[in-house]
Amino acid sequence: MKISLPAARLGPIFLALALAGCASAPQMQDGILINDPHEGTNRRIHAFNKGVDATLIAPVANRLRGSGEARPRDPSDPIGPMQMVVNAGRNLSLPGKAVNGLLQGRPGDAGRNLARFAVNSTVGLAGLFDPAGDNFGLTERDTDFGATLAAWGVPEGAYLELPLIGPSTARDATGRVVDLVFDPVNNVLSGRDRRAAFGLRVASKAGERARFGDSVDGVLQGSADSYAQVRLIWLMNRRHELGEDRDDFDPYDDVIDPYED
Amino acid sequence: MTISTPMTMSSTHTRIERRGFLGLMAGAGLLAMMPFSAHAQNVEAARAHIQRAVDEVYRVINAGEPAERMFARFEDILSRYADVDVMARSALGPAARQTPPAEFAAYRQAFQGYIGRKYGRRFREFIGSRVEVTGARPLKSFVAVTSVAHLRGRAPMEVEWHVSDRSGQIRFFNIIIEGVNLLSSERAEIAALLARQRGSVAGLAAELRQAG
Repeated sequence: MKISLPAARLGPIFLALALAGCASAPQMQDGILINDPHEGTNRRIHAFNKGVDATLIAPVANRLRGSGEARPRDPSDPIGPMQMVVNAGRNLSLPGKAVNGLLQGRPGDAGRNLARFAVNSTVGLAGLFDPAGDNFGLTERDTDFGATLAAWGVPEGAYLELPLIGPSTARDATGRVVDLVFDPVNNVLSGRDRRAAFGLRVASKAGERARFGDSVDGVLQGSADSYAQVRLIWLMNRRHELGEDRDDFDPYDDVIDPYED
Repeated sequence: MTISTPMTMSSTHTRIERRGFLGLMAGAGLLAMMPFSAHAQNVEAARAHIQRAVDEVYRVINAGEPAERMFARFEDILSRYADVDVMARSALGPAARQTPPAEFAAYRQAFQGYIGRKYGRRFREFIGSRVEVTGARPLKSFVAVTSVAHLRGRAPMEVEWHVSDRSGQIRFFNIIIEGVNLLSSERAEIAALLARQRGSVAGLAAELRQAG
């Protein structure tokens, strides 16, 4: 891996992250801390993403639902082409996840992802199938460089909604860039192979999004203020994933105590 | 509960001193034990409550009835196992205080149906899966019951139930799925709906009857 060149390119991003962290005072809203100084821009990007979801993702998700691929499947049933693309794309992300596991001081998770990569790349025919999960109980330990930054004590920073990608934070957006630039598979491959691998991973993400499109559509198209709802749900889930969730609020001790009156 | 400390004490203590000390130890022991045993009882009762609720939800899911019948059954389970009153009040926020009782009751009823439909739709995806109640612990003034939903072809999901007896009965008042807090997200949603209705709780109730 050539570290020096990408590292130089990342300088401005770290600077932006540091600045974003202190742009405005975060406030408590609906029981969680929300730091959203760029709300105006974020809302415009959200409207764009919502449009993309309605015109591109939802029709695909509906067709999938019709074909039955969106339903929970029996592990013994044969998998469809959609699931194969999702599997193969996810498989290519495993070496990067293993590196992040090591950087976070979680060698167990790193080893698990690497073993999974070894089994599925060979027995699983370049990751199309998932014998590691189905037969050996080697499930994925999902992680990324955003989680590594969190493990290193970097603050979350401002909430961001990214075009096409969706909800993120300054810390996670930085993590995405680092993951992309330093990815082991990207750095080993070159030329056409590299583009093909990248395309497969994008297709995999789109496939997963379409598969769970039902729940996503429910929130996006069914909420009174879908921007606030997505922001809240995403932040709660992400903080839970990273072990950063605070004490849950108690409606009985809240500003309104129904038993007080 | 055993108090062994006084037995190991030196025999130079007078009887009075020893009795006083024993009394003190027993008192301190009782004080320490009382909230604990009360909690232990609550924790066990809360856990059993959620186990019963989960069992009922599963009976409905696996009965394979049409969606509308299913949602009505979920709403019924909600009304018997959850403190819908405190949930509706908390979701409405400060506006709950200024709402006349009759108007609030209509909103509360609409809220119950809305939650039954909205979360019933999600539960329908759980067909063929199982939920395992894994533990319970005291948290703040209530009890948190933890469970894991094992879904077919997906990673298991953590589901936490918050249970309290402050309504006079043991009831759950919040569900946290993979960190996503039901009351938090409903509070945001209800606030947005109320703003759209220009602060009218009656209008909000009418809209909730259509939503979910």
